[in-house]
Amino acid sequence: MKELFPLKQVNGYIFSLLLTVIALSVYFFDMSLAMGLTILVVTAFIQAGVQLVVFMHAGESEDRAGIYIHTIFGVVVAILTILGSLLAMIWGYMY
Amino acid sequence: MDFSDRFSIPPHDDPMLYASIVAIVLTSIAIVVGVTYFKKWGYLWNNWLTTVDHKRIGIMYIISALLMLFRGGADAVMMRLQTAVPDNTFLDAQHYNEVFTTHGVVMIFFMAMAFIIGMMNFVVPLQIGARDVAFPRLNALSFWLYFTGAMLLNLSFVVGGSPDAGWTNYYPMAGPEFSQHVGVNYYNWALQISGIGTLMTGINFIATIIKMRAPGMKLMKMPIFIWAALITNLMIVLAFPVLTIALLMGTLDRQFLTNFFTTSDGGMDMMWANLFWVWGHPEVYILIIPAFGIYSTIIAAFSERNLYGYTSMVASILAISALSFLVWVHHFFTMGQGALTNSIFSITTMLIAVPTGIKIFNWLLTMWKGKIRFATPMLYSIAFIPLFTIGGSTGVMLGMASADYQYHNTLFLVAHFHNVIIPGVVFAMIAGLIFYWPKMFGFMLNERIGKWAFWNITIGFCLAFFPMYFTGLNGQARRMYTYSEATGFSTLSMISFIGTLLLAVGFVFLVYNIFYSYRHAPRNIGGDPWNARTLEWATHSPVPEYNFAISPTVHSEEAFWDYKENDYELFKGKVEDIHMPNNSGWSIIFAGFFFAFGFFFIFHVWVGVIIAFLGIIGCLIYRSFEKDDGHHIHKEEIEATEKELGGAK
Repeated sequence: MKELFPLKQVNGYIFSLLLTVIALSVYFFDMSLAMGLTILVVTAFIQAGVQLVVFMHAGESEDRAGIYIHTIFGVVVAILTILGSLLAMIWGYMY
Repeated sequence: MDFSDRFSIPPHDDPMLYASIVAIVLTSIAIVVGVTYFKKWGYLWNNWLTTVDHKRIGIMYIISALLMLFRGGADAVMMRLQTAVPDNTFLDAQHYNEVFTTHGVVMIFFMAMAFIIGMMNFVVPLQIGARDVAFPRLNALSFWLYFTGAMLLNLSFVVGGSPDAGWTNYYPMAGPEFSQHVGVNYYNWALQISGIGTLMTGINFIATIIKMRAPGMKLMKMPIFIWAALITNLMIVLAFPVLTIALLMGTLDRQFLTNFFTTSDGGMDMMWANLFWVWGHPEVYILIIPAFGIYSTIIAAFSERNLYGYTSMVASILAISALSFLVWVHHFFTMGQGALTNSIFSITTMLIAVPTGIKIFNWLLTMWKGKIRFATPMLYSIAFIPLFTIGGSTGVMLGMASADYQYHNTLFLVAHFHNVIIPGVVFAMIAGLIFYWPKMFGFMLNERIGKWAFWNITIGFCLAFFPMYFTGLNGQARRMYTYSEATGFSTLSMISFIGTLLLAVGFVFLVYNIFYSYRHAPRNIGGDPWNARTLEWATHSPVPEYNFAISPTVHSEEAFWDYKENDYELFKGKVEDIHMPNNSGWSIIFAGFFFAFGFFFIFHVWVGVIIAFLGIIGCLIYRSFEKDDGHHIHKEEIEATEKELGGAK
């Protein structure tokens, strides 16, 4: 029976619900814009990670290294692009 | 102003335009009548329009790319004709704007991209010993979406007006206020639709190269072109979504009056430039890296030596691709940001010269003490090395942020990027086309006419673009439709025009060569006419539908050379039934709905948009429930084909 019960997926489901509740709290509690956005961005990234690993089964096949390398590479490129854009469009005018 | 007042059909009251409309109509009628008269509709539909065969799709990409080359080339000749003499009145300012914009868009998106994707389509599955790409139907859809985008953009110059804000399409110039007619809408939708196709190609080829290599072909035993293709497609997947979103924001700005790129209400007009180049700089490396792969293949084959420094070649491709995502601000050093930002991007830009330099030396060392054969593909590759180095050096000059204030938006820049794109990408594609021609069609192109074409193109290129370095340094701005006698640019501009004509003559030779060789070239050339080194030459020319009767087993990056020279056994095992995908007309119908969707959206015809959108959704639903298990080619059939083509291979 234990083998048949998808414990990982159930835990993942509860965890993603929890993340949703935390994200929702930004709306219900009075907090600064920076604080609210930080919570939203952090929970969003964790949420995406949970979906990818638990429900889209990344890491369950032989080429798991490849999948993770590609994902991390994509995230790194995205972050560099955002930082670079901020540098060019906003921070660049400060110095 | 009412929306329908913003454009007219045709957009200019110009005899040239009427002449080309007549020409288009007559050509279309001639094609339809011709195909009907020779009863070729069935052949065309069954063998080409519905095909999912990577070889045929590759050939269709290349044919479209050649057509677009002539379309963009005609624009180039018109531009150089207009600027050949001072104060010329051949084109007016608006018409000139449309011509140079179309030239840029057509050449980058619909010529160069189609050429490299066509080349990858044809070569990649053969070189890794596969039977097709990972998702053949998706591949066909990619092509038809690209073709839809290309046709949509080409429609613009007779219906409503071409985009006129440059191929970079900077806002607010491209916004609804300064570019009122529908040209930029065409730009947005044509690129959006063909961009979706390109993105799908990227995913398709990554899956193909990761999953479908012949047994024994480990990552570091892949031929260098496969490495180039893998990295290129990875870059496509990472870069193209940025263009998709930027184009969508532009569409919303122009057609729904949002304020992403406006100068008021919180819009940032330079954000377009930023996003465009976040995509645009990786894009130029998406074009050049497959070209590097083709040069590496050709130089090794015609020097009869293995590629010098395989590992360092792979490492430099990786380094170039990573750096290419970190340099985009060098396209707008003069925007007004501070020295810190410019310094950072200036340094990353100059760093790219290091891995590129490594590649140049590797090619030279491959030729060193090699038995060089000066066949036409090799001539292009040899000419590429010095010409590309000049282009690269001027690129480093432009990459120095402080000096860039002098070069920015002058013809110096125009000379630089043509200097890297023509000897870099165009020469590679012509060389690759001549190199793979026997594999595609089973006969060789004539060498003598090919060399005529080569010398005309190379000398024409030098004459056309080197003068621009000088006039650019003297301050001639790009995209100016005319200049006065007093500037002193007239002599060099005339030389440039003569160079353009030589280039045009070279391309005419290229086409004449195809016609001539089709009629006169011998057909019994065997599978390996160039004495080449990689797997694609191990099968017949032209390649049978299933590529290899027996899947090859590989133990080095030059498996076929080892088979020929070192008695390595390439085809272990025996002929078995082969499972192949079915042809389908679904892709072309789907792309047809996309064409209608784009066209109606451009002209704000919402009823049409909704109907076309329902068609798109309908196609998706149909595909979801379609049962298509492919078909088998039976053992006896394969053995018969192999026997006819001359022995099992």
